[in-house]
Order: sequence, then C-alpha cells, then structure tokens
Amino acid sequence: MLEDKKQTFLANFVAKTADKDSSLAKQEALKALENLEFPTTREEYWKYTRVGKITNANYSQSPSFNVSDISRYLVEGLEAYIVVFVNGFFSEELSDISKAKGITICPIAKARKEYVDQFEQYFGGLSKHESQFFSAVNTVYNTNGVYLNIQKNSLVDKPIHMINLTDAENAAYNPRNLFVVEENAEVTIINSYETVSGSSFTNSTTEIYVKEGANVDSYILQNQSETSNQVNEIDVVQKANSTYTANTVTLNGGLVRNNYNIEVKGQGCETNLYGLYLTSGNQHIDNHTIVDHIEPNCESNEVYIGVMDDASTAVFNGKVFVRSEAQKTNAYQQNKNMLLTDNASAYSKPELEIYADDVKCSHGSTTGQVDEEAIFYLQTRGVSEVSARKMMIRAFANEILDNIKIDALRDILESKIDERFS
Amino acid sequence: MLSIKNLSASVDGTEILKGLNLEVNAGEVHAIMGPNGSGKSTLASVVAGKDDYEVLGEITLNGKDILELAPEERAAEGVFLAFQYPVEIPGVSNVNFLKTAVNDIRAYKGLPPMVAKDFLKMLKEKQALVELDKKLSSRSVNEGFSGGEKKRNEIFQMAMLNPKLAILDETDSGLDIDALRIVANGVNKLKSLDNATIVITHYQRLLDYIIPDFVHVLYDGKIIKSGTKELALELEEKGYDWLIKPEMAQ
Repeated sequence: MLEDKKQTFLANFVAKTADKDSSLAKQEALKALENLEFPTTREEYWKYTRVGKITNANYSQSPSFNVSDISRYLVEGLEAYIVVFVNGFFSEELSDISKAKGITICPIAKARKEYVDQFEQYFGGLSKHESQFFSAVNTVYNTNGVYLNIQKNSLVDKPIHMINLTDAENAAYNPRNLFVVEENAEVTIINSYETVSGSSFTNSTTEIYVKEGANVDSYILQNQSETSNQVNEIDVVQKANSTYTANTVTLNGGLVRNNYNIEVKGQGCETNLYGLYLTSGNQHIDNHTIVDHIEPNCESNEVYIGVMDDASTAVFNGKVFVRSEAQKTNAYQQNKNMLLTDNASAYSKPELEIYADDVKCSHGSTTGQVDEEAIFYLQTRGVSEVSARKMMIRAFANEILDNIKIDALRDILESKIDERFS
Repeated sequence: MLSIKNLSASVDGTEILKGLNLEVNAGEVHAIMGPNGSGKSTLASVVAGKDDYEVLGEITLNGKDILELAPEERAAEGVFLAFQYPVEIPGVSNVNFLKTAVNDIRAYKGLPPMVAKDFLKMLKEKQALVELDKKLSSRSVNEGFSGGEKKRNEIFQMAMLNPKLAILDETDSGLDIDALRIVANGVNKLKSLDNATIVITHYQRLLDYIIPDFVHVLYDGKIIKSGTKELALELEEKGYDWLIKPEMAQ
C-alpha cells in the first residue's frame, strides 16, 4: 500500500525527465530510493512536520508554461543577472545573463553536457541523496536549475537573481542548483520562489562549494501560494577563511521545509544563518539547520525569527556540532518566536553538540506574544492599535531585515511585511 | 476641562476606585497624593483608557464623553499619561514612533501629515526643553535608558504631543534632584492657560518645583480631602493617618 503510494508519486516524474544523466550521484540516489520511504513523524528529523500534504497530492510535471512578464517578480530598483525558471523549465527569453563577467552561468542541464569534468567533480558531492527521500528524488528527477561557477578572485559586479515560478495546477518540479565559488571570489545570490497561478510542489536541492577566502551572500525568498508546498535542501561546504551568509525569508507558502547542511571544513571561516518566517492561515514552516564545525578558529551566528498568526505552525531545529579538532570555535544560535493568536504554535529546538573543550558557544530560544504594555504605551501617544502592533512586529523582524545588505531587497521586504499587518 | 463623576473601577471583581469625583479646569495644576494602594495609578490608567478595568461612572474632557474612546482617540483628544514605569520597546525608534504618533493625531483631527522639516524643527526645540541628549531620541524607545532618562523622555514626548490634559504618574520616583529640576522645569514651561496638569505623587518634594493650585488626598478609591498647596505641606508633616482614621471610624 505504502509502496504503491511511493511508486505513484515517483511515476509522476519518471517518463518526463528527458535529461540524460549518468552521474554516480544519480545512480546512488536511484538505488537509495529503492529503500527510502516518505519521511514520517516517527523519525526525529521530521518529528513536527507531516508531509501528507505533499505525498497525498496528485502532482505531475507540467509540460509547458505561459508566463511572459516577470516584472512583478523582480526586485524593484536592483540591477541583477536574472535567471528565470517556470515550472522547472529554463526560459532563455525571460532571463538576462548575457553580459556576466568572470562567471559561468547556465542551466544545469547544459552544464551536464558542456562542463563534464566539473560536473563529475562536484555534482552530488554534498547532497543527502543517499539518506533523505526528497534529496534522492531531486537527484534522480531534477528538471533544471542553475550551474554557477565564479572564477578565482572574481568579484561579481551584480547579484545573481534566480526566479522560480509556477503557473500550473499541481505542478511538481525539482530544481537542482550547483554553485562553485572559487578561491577569493565574491558573489551575491538571490533565489526567489513565487506562484504565478495554480499550486505546486517545489523540491529543490542546492549544493554550494565555497572555496578558500571566498565570500557568498545568499538570499532565499519564499513567497508561494498557500496551496504550494516546498522542500528545500541547501548543502554547503566552506574552505578556509571563507564567509557564507544565508538569509532565508519565508513570507508565504503551504508546507515549507528548509534543510541547511553546512560543513565548515577550514580554519578562519565565518558562517551566518539568518531566517525570518511570517506564517498565517494553516501554514506550516519548518527550518532545520546543521552547522558542522570541523576545523578550529571559526565563527558561526544563527538567528531565526518568526511571527505566527492564525492557526499556523513554525518549527525550528538548529544543530551546531563542534568536533574535537574545532578548538576556539565561536558559535551563537538564537530562535525567537512571536505568537499572535492562541491557535498558532511554535516548536523550537536549538541544539549544541560540543566535543572540543576550548570553545565559546551559546544558544537560546524564546516564544512569546506581543507586549501588551508596549501596545498600550504606544496607544496613549496617539498611535492606533493597528499601527502599534505593526510597529512591534516590524521591530521584532528588523533584527533579521537589518542583516540584509541589498537595500532594494530590504525595502521590498519591509513594505511586504507592513502590508501584511495593516 | 476634565470632569470625573462617580467613577468606579474594578479589576477581577476587586473594586479599586469607589465613586471618585474630580473637576479640573484649564490652566490649573492638581496634585493627587495618597498612601500606597489608594488607587492613584489606577485613576491615571483609567483616564488614559487602559482596558483592564471594569469602569462605571463618567469621564468627560471638554464636555466630550471619553470613556468609550480607545486610548489613541483619547490621546488625540488631548489626554497624555506620563508613565510611572515607562515601557522599553526594543527595535522601535523614539523618533519614528513620535512621527507616527504626531501624524496619527493630526489625521484624527483631519490635518495633513507634518512636513519633515517642521517635524525636525519641533523635535530639536522640545529636546532642548527637557535637556534630552540627541542620541536618545534616535535610539529605541526607553531601551537601556537610565531611570532619569526615561522620565525625561516622557516629558519630551509630552512636549511633542502638546496635550490638553497631562497626567504625570509618580514622575518624581527614581529621580535625583538635578533630574527632578529638569523634569519639573519642562512641565512648567509647557503649562499654559489652555492646558491642565494632574501630578500624582507620594512626596511634597516635587510640589516645590511644580506648584499645584489644588491638592487632593486619594484614599481607598475616593478623594477624602481637597485643599490648596498648604495641604501638601501638612501631609508632609503629619502623614495620612489624621485623615484616614476618622474615615475608618465612620
């Protein structure tokens, strides 16, 4: 019975994956899928997230798309290289990567044929396709995504904005990204997920190689419809003296699960993970992060902040490992939740596993409500209750928004958040 | 200006104000004194519109019934409460929140938002009035402020909002003598023939700086004695017992 359900789910993808991929990772994932089942709440990693919304739906890969205007999905006022995917298909017409300097950027399907050596070296080297069901599905059935290689010492002049859109009913797609940021290169990457129409399942896997001295500033913006679900795996390896920063902002979606797996494999690294999630309705947003400190003298900062409205649910599980070799590690982890109603819930589990003895690590978690004393205080100054609540929520969210280095992006997020609470 | 008639207020079935009457006219300063637990802070909260209380009776401001108004509407009508314990609001900047407050009140009165230049000019003037460090006004509301800075910030906000009726709830508590002088000086400069001030205090000390026209003694939810500023001096000398004991005997 369950086996049938899995086969039916997988059958949605099989016939339509045109791409010929003979990679080792794909073979491994195919083999793993023989035994891997849908995750259940019986496993610790999925304890608070039921994937029935995804596994019971009748998804299929959409054969085409109708989007012709992407202006409303751009970041207003931001000059960027634009890569557009609709229902998992790369759209050359809607994209603008022609003048990119010092970088190789192309759909991953193309890279598979043209950059065979790099592909063999990197593809599947980080993804959890042997242990995680959705990662395996992505590795076998990935439709498209971006291959990005930033050459040594290149400072990419504009952010690269990848826009993932869907416009079909029950559209399932498996975007697969592979980013290789070479020594001392710097790049800003924005990945946005939006629904044009219909409903979808986005099963995304991204592998990021951050080489010695490289600096990657990445943004994930999730703003899909409430009937759209997403599982998003981001696997990162950092080499010495590199910086990797991830800002994950979830404004909308049905069931959203983000899995960050970060291996810090070099000294002098900095890792920053910032997350903001605003949930409403019956939304379920789950952020799982793992930062694995393997080498000494590194620093990681993690702050996830959420505001939960209506009957929505948020889950945070952040795990920091400090291996026995990783002396002088500085690791900070914080999760803060604000519940706006009695029916909203937050499950928070910050975890530290420390095997070294000369480290500075702290973690914490708070879940509370809007401070009613503060609301009254603001009201006595003439501020309406609605504005006062908006101010308090914005102040709470600002801790994350303040980390966003792209002004145009921060402005847009601020106005979206203000709109939401007015 | 302010007329309170037969006001009672209870919280969870416990009556705190028990039929209180008070008349305050424009241009007047009233002091309300009384022992701990007599209902002074409750009176301030009820007038400002805190909804934790079950309220009966009548409160009018310039003839308008304000009991059914939300706190922000009362503020727009001209009520201001300087808190005994000003609330810290991390992440909300003093200036931005005052801009919203000033413009929300203007919108209530049907006026357009204030021009940025005028707002900044007013900000500077009022900062000087209470000798508030410029840095404080750009920081988060009251966050990390000392006790004195918090109280000065209250008077600064009062100056920015220019209320008709200001209620100062134990504004002198936690102030050293220099801060007390600055705060009192600010209040005195804001005093005019068109506005009124109610000073709630435990000590006569503040009344050396803010001279009241009338002094009331609040005890067990009612005003049991009213007089002029000499009453405060008498209280300082004799305490409250001589007033309370005959009350209890009744």
